[in-house]
Amino acid sequence: MPASGDARPDPDALLRHAAQEGRGRLKIFLGAAPGVGKTYEMLSEGMSRKRDGSDVVVGVVETHGRAETEALIRGHDIVARRVVPYEGRNLHEMDLDAVLQRNPRLVLVDELAHTNAPGSRHPKRYQDVEELLDAGIDVYSTINIQHVESLNDIVASFTRIRVRETVPDRILESAEIEVVDIPPDELIERLKAGKVYLPQEATRALSHFFSKSNLSALRELALRRAAQAVDVQMLEHVRATGLGGTWAGSDRIVVAVSELPGADGLVRAAKRVADALRGPWTALFIETPRTAGFSDVQHQRIAATMTLATQLGGTIATVPATSVVDGIQSFVTDARATQLVVGKSKRSRWFELRHGSVVDRLVRGTPGVTVHVVPVEGEAAKGEWVRQRSRGWGAPSGYALTLAGIGGVTALASALFHVLNLGNVALLYLLPVMVAASLYGLRTGLFAGLASSLAYNFFFLPPVGTLSVANPENLISVIMLLGVAFATSQLTSRVRAQADLAAASARTNATLAGFLRQVTSVNETDQAAQMICDDVKRLFGVQVVLLAPCVGTGLEIEAASDPGYRLDTMDQAAATWAFDTGTATGKGSGTLAASEWLFQPLKAGDRVLAVLGVARDAGGDPIRADQLPLLAGLTDQAALVLERLRLQAEMRDVDVVRTRDRLRAALLSSVSHDLRTPLTAVIAAANELDHGATPALIGTIKGEAARLNRFVANLLDMARVEAGALRLNIEAVDLSDAVTSASHDARRALEGHELRLDVPPDLPLVRADPQLLHHCLLNLLDNAGRYGDPGTEIVIEGRHRYGEIRLAVLDNGPGLPPGHEAEVFETFRRLEGSDRAIGGTGLGLAIVKAFAEAMGMAVEAGNRAEGQGATFALVFPSPLIVRDVAPESVT
Amino acid sequence: MPAKILVVDDEVAIRRLLRNTLERAGYDIVEAGNARDALAVAAAQLPSAILLDLGLPDRDGLAMIPLLRRNADTIVLVVSARDATDEKVAALDLGADDFVTKPFDTDELLARLRVALRHRGLSGTTSKVVCKGDLTIDIDKRLVCRGGEELHLTRKEHDVLAVLARHIGRVVTHERIIAAAWGGDEDPRIEYLRIVVRNLRQKLEAPGPIGSVIANELGIGYRLRADT
Repeated sequence: MPASGDARPDPDALLRHAAQEGRGRLKIFLGAAPGVGKTYEMLSEGMSRKRDGSDVVVGVVETHGRAETEALIRGHDIVARRVVPYEGRNLHEMDLDAVLQRNPRLVLVDELAHTNAPGSRHPKRYQDVEELLDAGIDVYSTINIQHVESLNDIVASFTRIRVRETVPDRILESAEIEVVDIPPDELIERLKAGKVYLPQEATRALSHFFSKSNLSALRELALRRAAQAVDVQMLEHVRATGLGGTWAGSDRIVVAVSELPGADGLVRAAKRVADALRGPWTALFIETPRTAGFSDVQHQRIAATMTLATQLGGTIATVPATSVVDGIQSFVTDARATQLVVGKSKRSRWFELRHGSVVDRLVRGTPGVTVHVVPVEGEAAKGEWVRQRSRGWGAPSGYALTLAGIGGVTALASALFHVLNLGNVALLYLLPVMVAASLYGLRTGLFAGLASSLAYNFFFLPPVGTLSVANPENLISVIMLLGVAFATSQLTSRVRAQADLAAASARTNATLAGFLRQVTSVNETDQAAQMICDDVKRLFGVQVVLLAPCVGTGLEIEAASDPGYRLDTMDQAAATWAFDTGTATGKGSGTLAASEWLFQPLKAGDRVLAVLGVARDAGGDPIRADQLPLLAGLTDQAALVLERLRLQAEMRDVDVVRTRDRLRAALLSSVSHDLRTPLTAVIAAANELDHGATPALIGTIKGEAARLNRFVANLLDMARVEAGALRLNIEAVDLSDAVTSASHDARRALEGHELRLDVPPDLPLVRADPQLLHHCLLNLLDNAGRYGDPGTEIVIEGRHRYGEIRLAVLDNGPGLPPGHEAEVFETFRRLEGSDRAIGGTGLGLAIVKAFAEAMGMAVEAGNRAEGQGATFALVFPSPLIVRDVAPESVT
Repeated sequence: MPAKILVVDDEVAIRRLLRNTLERAGYDIVEAGNARDALAVAAAQLPSAILLDLGLPDRDGLAMIPLLRRNADTIVLVVSARDATDEKVAALDLGADDFVTKPFDTDELLARLRVALRHRGLSGTTSKVVCKGDLTIDIDKRLVCRGGEELHLTRKEHDVLAVLARHIGRVVTHERIIAAAWGGDEDPRIEYLRIVVRNLRQKLEAPGPIGSVIANELGIGYRLRADT
């Protein structure tokens, strides 16, 4: 807050202040406990006022028979006390009217918290004092801390003695307070020596009151209360007078750190100042447009300095501003700092002559602030200043273009000279000056101003062709050109600086937005984790790992910017700490800083989802201080993304479980159907055998038992497929052989059908697992026997065509519903219209498909081209066909 | 005197079933429920054949085979619920004479047993004429005749048929056939065997369902069917 802006006096404060005018002043001697010497102090100060010539009287003072006090009171004028009879006793109260009548400059009134005898004008003595003050009489009074109203509870809480006589805080707030303080030990000595007056009846209770810990606490309270009163009064004073300065009750220290070496020494110096003054302190870094051009080393130095400040107990602040001095001034004013610690770098005298000393400007610009100037060790690196200078001078191309512009203007002005007067020509020359100053900065602008004025002078000002100026009026034109150059460049450089700052913050926002856009497009957690790692690596140039909790094993690396990272025990501990506590841990933080990594928790709500670790190859702090907010933004975004994915995954899991449950229910019902049907038939037929065996009964038992066997085999096969335990035993197989074996084993399922083998004997051998192929064929034949109309023919047909072998089983039956041919191979699929009477899990065809595909074959299902019925085929592609059987090996 | 058969199975139901079946077929039956009993009974009773279930509670059935075969005249027929082909091959390699897979057809079991008993002790024979239906196979002279008419077989076809004929009625593993017929060749392959068997079938088998002479045992080997 700049002092010039809104430093108008507060009207209310002014009124209160005015009310004080003409009133007497109150001074309170505040003590921690009885016996510290308040009354003595008051009397001696009154005495010194009296010696200075003031009219001082004693309104009321209790000496409690102490010799020193008695001696002091003897030198004072004493207003006689009023005697008030009360319940058979005579109480001695201050005679308020007598004091008012006496009208001294100062009256001493002991025991401000005293309660007056009943029947007095005011129930409380402080009310008497207020009346005295209103009459314009200054008052000295005494009070113990436990009688201050707002502290009454606190005192009672640790002394276990509650006093009933209290004084409102407002009395203290309007008073000047002097703390009368002696160390507790000394007070206890005085108590033992009998120098402290205690009412007889309270002696035992009060001896507890005088323990050392109690006295220490009371003493602290007294001191704090006094300091607070000072603060309040000062604030009042500041408000009333409209001083916008840096008033503060206690000292606040600000240390301005820079990127230069030696900033850590500065921070330590600030810490010492703060310790001495017992005030809070802040390490301040001013971010200027120049900051963007800092090297990594400089950024790291700043980060290290700030970390040191935090470790030493200071707070840190980074404030953007257009210049260091402006930034420091506004921060110091806003923070109401009283002490400013700055470093004095060993810059050359020449540099300071040109730029002015930062320290000088600070001292002048922040009145009321003590500026500590600490010599800073170390030199500014040469390169840094060289670069500054070259930027300051501007690019050579700027000068060339400026010269060209001035040449152009000169040519134009010459061409138009007959219609222009001299003043207009000067205006024309403003053009290149403004352009140069705004585009290339101050120096180029000044150069343009100089060159323009020279050209103007030489080509147009009489005497033309010379550099002398005939008319002093024209000299003003030249000066004006230079002035314009200066003003324009100042304006544009400020605008540019602000634009640079805005651009930097826009870059940050754009980075965040881009990151968010990219990462939200991902739907897999590991993919998102990898993307987060890659992005953070790209943005900060650091190594990145992302750790997530795994069941049983703690944190594991979920993704990393470069594969193959292993965290050592220290790093793992830091990561775990970050995960457990939700705070940044590791290098550059306050915790477990020995780790090479800095771990940032990714938090969604109160939950830590993962930990992001960053490290720099070369060691050093992984993230520059100025980039920490950006990293924080990124981790927040990343946490949101991970949380979204986690919720999605949970939803998916629920879906999977639901589907699995549905399948399991379907399987159970199918399996129980397929197992029970043949068993029922076998049991029924076996019962019938008691009444005599018939070939039909025996056939039923054999057939159903075989079906049961087939089904169990299928279940086992399916279990092997599901478990992924299918072990292939591929060898050359003769298909006619395989077909013969299968039709032999499937003979019971084919009962009632005529089987025709149409497999040419010269079909090439194929590569297959004979056992799996056998099961495929069994299931195809079983299927044909089931769905083929009774009494019809079933054909096994082998064809070698177009480089592949097709082995098909054809039946005569209802066929497959058109359009759903392929679905027939799915588990539990019994096609509509086909399962009216014939039960089954559909396991058979699913096994055919699974086995065939495991062996590299394809399956096909369809309806026969001619006649009615379905055709199921195993297709052996050409790689499965055995070609090179050498004839001489088999003859 | 009826042949004595030892049935080794831990399932009482199976033992009872086999006892019924085998006694009906005229055999003398002894039983054992575990490996230890089986070895004791086999040593004491010297059975002609042993029906061995591979899934025994106290010992792996495969390891039992060599122990039970110490008496060279005893036939070991493996009865197994497991249909892993490599286990069957292992059983045959360890000296089992044949195998039957549960659930088995009792007729088939009896046929296997009968063939095995009939040809007991033939494995060492080097000169033999085998007759199968109208086929006469003179192993030594490499003569194969159908109804007195000589069939022309190639060298490899003779080699393969000779191995099968020597073990007529019993399964011979692919490896054994290949070793016998292609033993000296550099790269004996099962493809050759398949082709040769296919050609043999075309020459030996009457029109009709194939496999009537040479039966295929999936993934294990071939068997020259014996007259039952």
